[in-house]
Amino acid sequence: MDAITSSPLFGIVLCIFTFELGVWLNKKLKTPICNPLLVAIALIIAILQVFKIPLENFMAGGDIISLFLAPATAVLALSIYSQLEILKKHFLPILLGCLAGAVVSMTSAAGLCIAFGLDKSLTAAMIPKSVTTPIAMEISRQHGGLVAVTVAAVIFTGILGAILSPLLIKIFRISHPVAQGVAIGASSHAVGTTKAVELGEIQGAMSGISIGVSGIITVLLSLFLPA
Amino acid sequence: MKIIVQIGLVLGVCLLGEGIALLLPIPFPGSVIAMVLLFLLLLSGLLRPHHIREKSNFLLQNMAFFFIPAGVGIMEHAQALLPFLLPLLLICLITTILTFAASGLTVRLVIYLQEKHSQSKKEEV
Repeated sequence: MDAITSSPLFGIVLCIFTFELGVWLNKKLKTPICNPLLVAIALIIAILQVFKIPLENFMAGGDIISLFLAPATAVLALSIYSQLEILKKHFLPILLGCLAGAVVSMTSAAGLCIAFGLDKSLTAAMIPKSVTTPIAMEISRQHGGLVAVTVAAVIFTGILGAILSPLLIKIFRISHPVAQGVAIGASSHAVGTTKAVELGEIQGAMSGISIGVSGIITVLLSLFLPA
Repeated sequence: MKIIVQIGLVLGVCLLGEGIALLLPIPFPGSVIAMVLLFLLLLSGLLRPHHIREKSNFLLQNMAFFFIPAGVGIMEHAQALLPFLLPLLLICLITTILTFAASGLTVRLVIYLQEKHSQSKKEEV
């Protein structure tokens, strides 16, 4: 058993099929809680636990998949480029909206962590939680945060955004489609963006742009955090 | 363009990003530098969207997939995290609502001010 599971192919195959199962479930049940990423993570943890497979065996393949996080972030450049016209037209509102979102997200996360008495490695892990995973992971790692906590918080935040955004739009009376898109992208990155795309074309485009803009602003703001 | 060349281009820009990140005096993610580089290459016209289209679409459409191993990594810290689970979930919920309100209301306000400004300009004319 160990000979098979210690092959890098084991982790890769496991990821592909649990993820595809999650995609299938998501389509069948049509509920945002049934997020494919969440399903895959939960299933893999359960499988490793039940069959007593060491995490290192899974990570032999897992690390190869993680290698693609950097190119996946880089190609966001293409989605921003293809929405260049909207970006030019609403440049100032998008920029200031993302800036306000990043400042509020980072300070409220830090403030709440201190209020709950969480230690430094947890606080550093929570501060970048509203931006897209590869960027949040990198900021967390550079400031001594527990990267796995960051990933969990980012994913949970994204799912919350996808579920809550229609309600939040009503509560805060955000009727402008550009404002709706930026709010979703700035607060809940790519996972929330899936909901923005459902709301409309402009919302989807704005949300996509906000992933990149919020990410860059958060990286710049994090330079002022103590390392 | 051939898919293998597209992969080479994207990974090449990422490698360049990592290299620049090493040279910078401040910590900055190489992947974000690569994103900025790629955006500048597209803006300048040195790189055309079709040069990297299929590779980019593959990565963007499957973006969530690449996060699975990082999420599974939480297992290692499960024991240590259990006592903090409730505060961590609460922090996620509260900050998400606050961030949503801050960014959404700011965009609304700025668009409102811009429209008011351009209207008053028209009236002057």
